[in-house]
Amino acid sequence: MTTLTALSPQPQPQGWREIIRRPGPALALLIAYIAFTTMALFGLDRTALWYPLMQIIFVPMFMFAPFLVVSAPIKTIYKVILGGVLLLLLMPLLGIYNPSWLGLAIQICVFTGLALGLNIVVGFAGLLDLGYVAFFAVGAYAWGSLTSPAGTIFTVNGWSVSPGAFYVFLIIGAAAAALVGILLGLPVLRLRGDYLAIVTLGFGEMIRVLARNADAPINFTNGAQGLHGIASPPVPGFVISFTASIGNTLGFRMENPNAVAQQLSFYVIGIIIIALIVIICRRLIDSPIGRAWTAIREDEVAALAMGVPLVKSKLMAFAMGAAFGGAIGVLYASKQTFIDPDSFQLLSSITILAMVIVGGIGSIKGVMVGAMLITLLNLSMLTNLSLQINSLKNADAVIPIVNFHFSDWPSELEPAKYGRLLFGLILVLMMIFRPAGLLPEKRRKLELTERREEVDEEPMIRDTPSGVPQERS
Amino acid sequence: MTAETLDSRRRGIFESFLDSKFYRRLSRNFIYRYVIYPVGQMLLFVALAAAVLTLVAYGIAILFPEPRPNIVLADQISKQLPGMIISGVSIGFVYAMIALGYTLVYGVLKFINFAHSELFMLGAVASFFFLSVLNTAGLLTDVHPVLLIIVMVLLSGAFTGLIGVLVERIAYKPLRGAPRLVPLITAIGVSFVLIDLTRIFAAVTINDFNLTLPTREIPALAAPVPFQFGSTTVNVRVSSIIIVVAAVIMLLFLNYFVNGTRSGRAIRAISQDATTAGLMGINVNLMISLTFLIGGAFGGFAGSLYSLNVGTINPYIGFFPGLKAFTAAVLGGIGNVTGALLGGLFIGMTESFLNGTLVYFPALGQRYTDVFTFGVLIAVLIFRPQGLLGERVDEKV
Repeated sequence: MTTLTALSPQPQPQGWREIIRRPGPALALLIAYIAFTTMALFGLDRTALWYPLMQIIFVPMFMFAPFLVVSAPIKTIYKVILGGVLLLLLMPLLGIYNPSWLGLAIQICVFTGLALGLNIVVGFAGLLDLGYVAFFAVGAYAWGSLTSPAGTIFTVNGWSVSPGAFYVFLIIGAAAAALVGILLGLPVLRLRGDYLAIVTLGFGEMIRVLARNADAPINFTNGAQGLHGIASPPVPGFVISFTASIGNTLGFRMENPNAVAQQLSFYVIGIIIIALIVIICRRLIDSPIGRAWTAIREDEVAALAMGVPLVKSKLMAFAMGAAFGGAIGVLYASKQTFIDPDSFQLLSSITILAMVIVGGIGSIKGVMVGAMLITLLNLSMLTNLSLQINSLKNADAVIPIVNFHFSDWPSELEPAKYGRLLFGLILVLMMIFRPAGLLPEKRRKLELTERREEVDEEPMIRDTPSGVPQERS
Repeated sequence: MTAETLDSRRRGIFESFLDSKFYRRLSRNFIYRYVIYPVGQMLLFVALAAAVLTLVAYGIAILFPEPRPNIVLADQISKQLPGMIISGVSIGFVYAMIALGYTLVYGVLKFINFAHSELFMLGAVASFFFLSVLNTAGLLTDVHPVLLIIVMVLLSGAFTGLIGVLVERIAYKPLRGAPRLVPLITAIGVSFVLIDLTRIFAAVTINDFNLTLPTREIPALAAPVPFQFGSTTVNVRVSSIIIVVAAVIMLLFLNYFVNGTRSGRAIRAISQDATTAGLMGINVNLMISLTFLIGGAFGGFAGSLYSLNVGTINPYIGFFPGLKAFTAAVLGGIGNVTGALLGGLFIGMTESFLNGTLVYFPALGQRYTDVFTFGVLIAVLIFRPQGLLGERVDEKV
């Protein structure tokens, strides 16, 4: 009997679970979900006491909708249509309605790109890089030092570039970061995993110290003051008029249509870059170089024996990951219009690593989910929690039973400042309970579970067929 | 750190001496083994590092006689030399004590306890809270300063040692046997959690993160002690002297513990081969906890002494000393206790010499001192990954 049940197909889910797996109800449910979250966001009252809390609930619900669309059991054509409506219609509309949501969407694009870049190094090639933010900084400073009016060596000597060169600089930033990646990679690639991690961490900090100090004797980075007024790419006139007319037609109050149109164009650029990166990553996994990375990750010595060029493949991984970081850095600097050395702390590197780990090391979709989740936690939920506490403080609210006055809340105890605690806990708990991530890559999951079982279940001393105990190798 | 290590090495000309009956009897003598020999070793390391760095400094002075107009580098170095050596030794001992924590844990578990630098920070924060509680109670001036500092250092060390054991039990123990990178990532997470828990504690209790130790209230700590070196007088801070004295005593205890007790022998056995050690009746889990207790306690001692020296601390101070101590552990050969001492002293002295000399180079300045430490780390890892005193271990397949 046992063999029969083992051979029979997986048990079908019963009841409502079975119903929502059918294409029809799934599609209806999905549309209802999207409509509900969109209407909820449009209907939020910005002056309400619980507005921040409502944002904590509904913004992530909306932002995760694209992933639901992708993983729903519906026809591909519906997925494309729904995804297009979500990303290219509803999100821009919501963004025009409330620019802070658009800013959040751009940040999600930025961090998704970074997480996908780091995923190449950590996930595909298995090289733990704790200084990934250095490449991001290279891209950001490449664009920033050439366009900021802060008086770097370049702008003082009239080498500044026009804002229109932004698109070229996406490529130049990527190339510069790739070059730095190769230069950093060359000396450290012989190191074993944990040493590599510490050395890359050191490099990340060194880039920050350099950025902080390279203002004298020659001013490259403007030091600790940072670069302000970094140029943004010019927005075509029709986008501005289009944005303004939509805002007027739908009756949104808009303080500055130009700024909104600028953000809108960043959003579109971000979406395009992410799409490109995803396509490149997918093609890379199955390419010869991707297989070489997998081989190195699984067993370096065996890969070497099979003729995989170790140095070349590892450098390639460093360079690819760095290039994505550099391109995203250009976008980030241009979007923020201000960068300083503290934008590129170890905390950022670890945050990006947390994204990769939460989602599932090596899995593209997983990493994107992880990036969205962590960015939302970091930039939306924690901030809104702080805002909520502040508004409760201002309203002099009291928790009834324990009689806690919110005005007694210590000012230093702001949730937005405790991202570290959250990411630290996430890293620890994920490593203990789900080391392969939320949406694990198949091979990685196998690897982790196999090794655990091997260690857990193997007896210390094995009985050999001849009956002579043999020490475990 | 033992006489035994030197014994087994059989270095050329010492061989006949080491084989002599006199030396054999001497090496069994308790005082020689656990006091004279290690102190001599420390003095040797200090002298070695000081000599090498002085030579390098004068070498730089020959290459760049006048980095700034009217400033002769060689004269400045001669004037500052005693001060640089003393501050280098005191910070070097702090690094050495932190490096011991990295090295001990690496020895038994073969993983880099990234959260160790936060134990150092917790030691400093614990000292702050100890002193300020005494200060608000008005007891600070009543207690004898020596007793006060001994109690403070021991309490801080006990606290961080317990935290170290707790962290090991909660976060690292479930991960034994996992791929190498898994515990490393966990350790980073633990490090972040510890920083923010400290911040929350500071926020709830005093609503401020910059903690200034009430050391000014203790008159014995305030006045510097003048030392005469030839024609120059060097004012040495009392805290530097405390650091050196305390560190030497602690290190002697550690040396005795590792080399002279059953537990120490068990820990050394585990670092050689954990499975076999378990088969020989050693309680491996208990010994790993003990290692974390001692490593954490030494991090706490270091943090406590360091906080006396710097005065103002915050929850982020662990990062750079931790990284430097890690560099020191790698420089000396990670897993090697004597190496951690040598590496710590060397890194501390180098830093102090760099701070003393780089001031005169306007293009560089002191701000690149930290970068230099990373340079050392990378150079060591590339050219001599086993460290100065480490033994070559071929990578396991």
